[in-house]
Amino acid sequence: MSNIPEELKYTETHEWIRSNSDGTLTVGITDHAQQALGDLVFVEVNAAGETLSAGDACAVVESVKAASDVYCPVAAELLESNGALEDAPELINSDPYGDGWLFKIKPADGADTSSLLNAGAYADSIAE
Amino acid sequence: MLIFEQSKPGRKTSSQMPSDAQLPHIKESLTDIPAALLRDTQPLLPEVSELQAVRHYTRLSQRNFSIDTEFYPLGSCTMKYNPRACNTLAMLPGFLNRHPFAPAALNQGFLQTLFELQEMLKAVTGMQGVSLTPMAGAQGEFAGVAMMRAYHQANNQSHRDEILVPDAAHGTNPATAIMCGYKVREIPTGADGDVDIESLRAAVGPQTAGIMLTNPSTLGVFEQRIQEIADIVHQAGGLLYYDGANLNAILGKVRPGDMGFDVIHMNLHKTFSTPHGGGGPGSGAVGVGKRLLPYLPVPLVGESDEGYRWLTESDLPQSIGRLSGFMGNAGVLLRAYIYMRMLGKDGMRRVAEYATLNANYLLVQLQKRGFDAAYPQRRASHEFIITLKKQAQQLGVNAMAFAKRLLDKGFHAPTTYFPLLVPECLLIEPTETESLEELDRFVEAMAEILIEAEQDSALVNQAPHSLPVRKLDDVRAAKSLDLVWRDKVDS
Amino acid sequence: MPFIPHTEEDIRSMLAVIGVDTIESLFDEIPEKLKIDELSGVPEAASEMEISRLMHERATRDGLQQCFIGAGAYEHHIPAAVWQIATRGEYYSAYTPYQAEASQGTLQLIYEYQTMMAGLTAMDVSNASLYDGASALAEAALMAVRANRKIKSGRILVPETVHLVYRACTTTIVKNQNIELVNLPYCPERGITLPETLQQYADEEVAAVVIQQPNFFGGLEEVDQITDWAHAKGALVIAVNNPLSLSLLKPPGHWGSHGADIACGDGQPLGVPLAGGGPYYGFLCCKQEYVRQMPGRIVGRTVDLNGDPGFVLTLQAREQHIRRSKATSNICTNQGLVVTASTIYMAIMGPEGLRRVALQSHSAARELVTRLARIPGVRQAFSGSFFHECVIQFERPVAEVLQRLAAKNILGGFSLADTYPELENALLLCVTETKTPADIDHYCEALTSILSD
Repeated sequence: MSNIPEELKYTETHEWIRSNSDGTLTVGITDHAQQALGDLVFVEVNAAGETLSAGDACAVVESVKAASDVYCPVAAELLESNGALEDAPELINSDPYGDGWLFKIKPADGADTSSLLNAGAYADSIAE
Repeated sequence: MLIFEQSKPGRKTSSQMPSDAQLPHIKESLTDIPAALLRDTQPLLPEVSELQAVRHYTRLSQRNFSIDTEFYPLGSCTMKYNPRACNTLAMLPGFLNRHPFAPAALNQGFLQTLFELQEMLKAVTGMQGVSLTPMAGAQGEFAGVAMMRAYHQANNQSHRDEILVPDAAHGTNPATAIMCGYKVREIPTGADGDVDIESLRAAVGPQTAGIMLTNPSTLGVFEQRIQEIADIVHQAGGLLYYDGANLNAILGKVRPGDMGFDVIHMNLHKTFSTPHGGGGPGSGAVGVGKRLLPYLPVPLVGESDEGYRWLTESDLPQSIGRLSGFMGNAGVLLRAYIYMRMLGKDGMRRVAEYATLNANYLLVQLQKRGFDAAYPQRRASHEFIITLKKQAQQLGVNAMAFAKRLLDKGFHAPTTYFPLLVPECLLIEPTETESLEELDRFVEAMAEILIEAEQDSALVNQAPHSLPVRKLDDVRAAKSLDLVWRDKVDS
Repeated sequence: MPFIPHTEEDIRSMLAVIGVDTIESLFDEIPEKLKIDELSGVPEAASEMEISRLMHERATRDGLQQCFIGAGAYEHHIPAAVWQIATRGEYYSAYTPYQAEASQGTLQLIYEYQTMMAGLTAMDVSNASLYDGASALAEAALMAVRANRKIKSGRILVPETVHLVYRACTTTIVKNQNIELVNLPYCPERGITLPETLQQYADEEVAAVVIQQPNFFGGLEEVDQITDWAHAKGALVIAVNNPLSLSLLKPPGHWGSHGADIACGDGQPLGVPLAGGGPYYGFLCCKQEYVRQMPGRIVGRTVDLNGDPGFVLTLQAREQHIRRSKATSNICTNQGLVVTASTIYMAIMGPEGLRRVALQSHSAARELVTRLARIPGVRQAFSGSFFHECVIQFERPVAEVLQRLAAKNILGGFSLADTYPELENALLLCVTETKTPADIDHYCEALTSILSD
């Protein structure tokens, strides 16, 4: 069964979101998502500095058999991507909530985070 | 070993080159080209003898499965016998040496053949016009959707910006709609495998440009409410596009034009057996009803008192235009013509009948051996789906493992993991040209694999064991790309 | 029953297994009123002997003429081994290598093909081929706009010296993709695109510039200057090439300071017969950094469970069967069989063979053009250098000249009267290594006699 850490927030499109002490957010894809995709072979994140709305596709993750867009969970500015994934996309498989993080964002003023799921709600959403 | 690893500097095939006597001007012939425009390195090409090349590529051919060597029940691809006569006759010197820009007056034999092919394809599809120029099914799709767009624009309906695509459709359908500048809305499939009519009703509206349908669908069943679907889409002002991938199932029995379709593409390499050639060249001829006639891609072949001639932009000013440099995959069209003439009108009907007989027989026999049909309540068309969900859960052996193990037993695998709707699926299309004995052998092989999966799942999961290579690492292939050979001396 | 093996007994036993009485009952889910009784408009079946006789008649009806037409399709000698091997059943009747382990022949061959094309073009990578040269340019245009992240505009500069049907085909395919194709006029004296012509776009956003070398007129463009100009303003360079010519001419990978970014064209000159227009194949090569933007199949080398080398389709996540509406293209095949033949052709000819074919074609073309230009009433249209294809002009309508040449069994060239009317009475003619000195004499004598009437 997949690992769903309690302290994170989630989306129905399988992103996880960690709140950092400096007000920024770190985003990745969940353990469930990486299992469904299989061995990842390529990751591409949009250029830093881009202004995104909630739900904008801003990264692509590819395995041999599938490719999936990753969406920005809230309105935000894209700050940086995880450069280590360029040479080692498998980090997403081995450590989806740690070294396999995808990108960091700075939420826009008043960005709406109310639609994000907590761990329990996300677990329910993938239980179907 | 690669051909490059057999190369030796200075080895030549002199009998294939222009002779020295023919080359009196060579020494000075390049003085007219500025040095800055000339090549100053030798391209990396092998230097081998003719025999070395012949032996290398003959041996490579022996590392392929093919229809000529194995049963090839690849669903949705119609891997039937490719009659040898079609190839031999399409490669007569009088066809091979004909330049595409040869004047029509000196091209009558070729043009007449293409004209008659257009006419026969109109007859078997029930359409009003046919263009042979699209070079593959996907290009035929593009032509079809582009014609729908041109029609709507000409009728002040440019606001129609959405194409409906069933979720079971081939991936090319949504990709094509996007290439034509449309948005895509997916329509779900009902439990019986047919399009969910209520969802369709809810989805159509003034934004609907049309719907792309395959019938029989990719689920291997005939869309029973096709006329209702046609009415719903037409009443909303949309057009119906027929993806001809599965035309083999209904050839001579039902015509897309009679079902209400406005535009169709045909895969001549499937239904009309022009071969698949290791992945092309195909041909995606398109047919249209009356409304779309003015928009057909050019060139077409027309007939007049002076004989046959190309019809171009000046004959069809509203045409969506050109899709190929000349006349599509002309040689493929000749093969389709020859095949159709050899079948004749009764032979075409038998294609659908015996393809359907073989599919239903195979389905029943596999069910008897413990395999689950994805749609057990439905009649199979020319193909059907087996789901190995149960085997994957209980035995830890998935559809891909079954497919790989079939290779060991001398059968090409069915299509795996398509359509995406059905978990752990094998899409099986035996075609009409396979004998009862071959079908029975396939059933035995599947039953054997099931037993192997129960007794020794590792044997199945690590298949294939008896091919030129073992299971290949496609993760590594995608991660550390090696697409071009480089002489290792350099690195 | 043509190609159907079933005996009466087979049919009975199969129906019994299914549990129905007739084949017709297998169609019981199809609404009755949709079914047809008979296909009108299709003749009765012909036996192989009958169809063989018919096709021989069709193939020979129009005779075969001495062909001096090029314009994108070129007559070259093809070694007998090429198509004999390519049409072996194992290549001819296989499909796309989805099951890699059962398709190592096709896959290794494509890997070798990719290597050869990368070698000829001096580019980093090649795909497994596209439909033909014209549609390859359309795919290259779409690819360039995707790949050029720096330029937001979809503007592509396309010289009028690019093959006219390639331009038409590209327009058809990209017109709904927010791409603007801008025509660049050619220099009427030299028949090439002058770098000065580009200057008016110096301050505009341009995603890519197309250069055809040799161009449609056979002329040689100043590729280094145009490439550097494009790169200086952030545009990508799309090369369109006759691959045979690249055995002599500077390959696109070496153009300017950094080389072209994408190279495409029609592979027909490499072992593919004229065949009335197809099947040919399109090639597409690019720099490594753009490989993920490439459309079409790509083969990669990897290892199997034992660590032995093997070949697979790779980067499939770009493709329509996975990405569906977000795919790089709707393409799902290459021109496998034609590429098979072409690969065998390149292997047999080798670098020296290709070079000598190109040299002989070029020198024969020079010979013919030089001699024709001495005939009163004939002039060479452009002053610059060319490769094996050239425009000449007459003082009378070209259609009439061509018709009279045809009466002497010569297809004299491709008339430019309809497509480049500003070049009055112009003819594009081509000579390849297939033409002997006697053939060239024949053309010169025929034209002399026609024009002296």
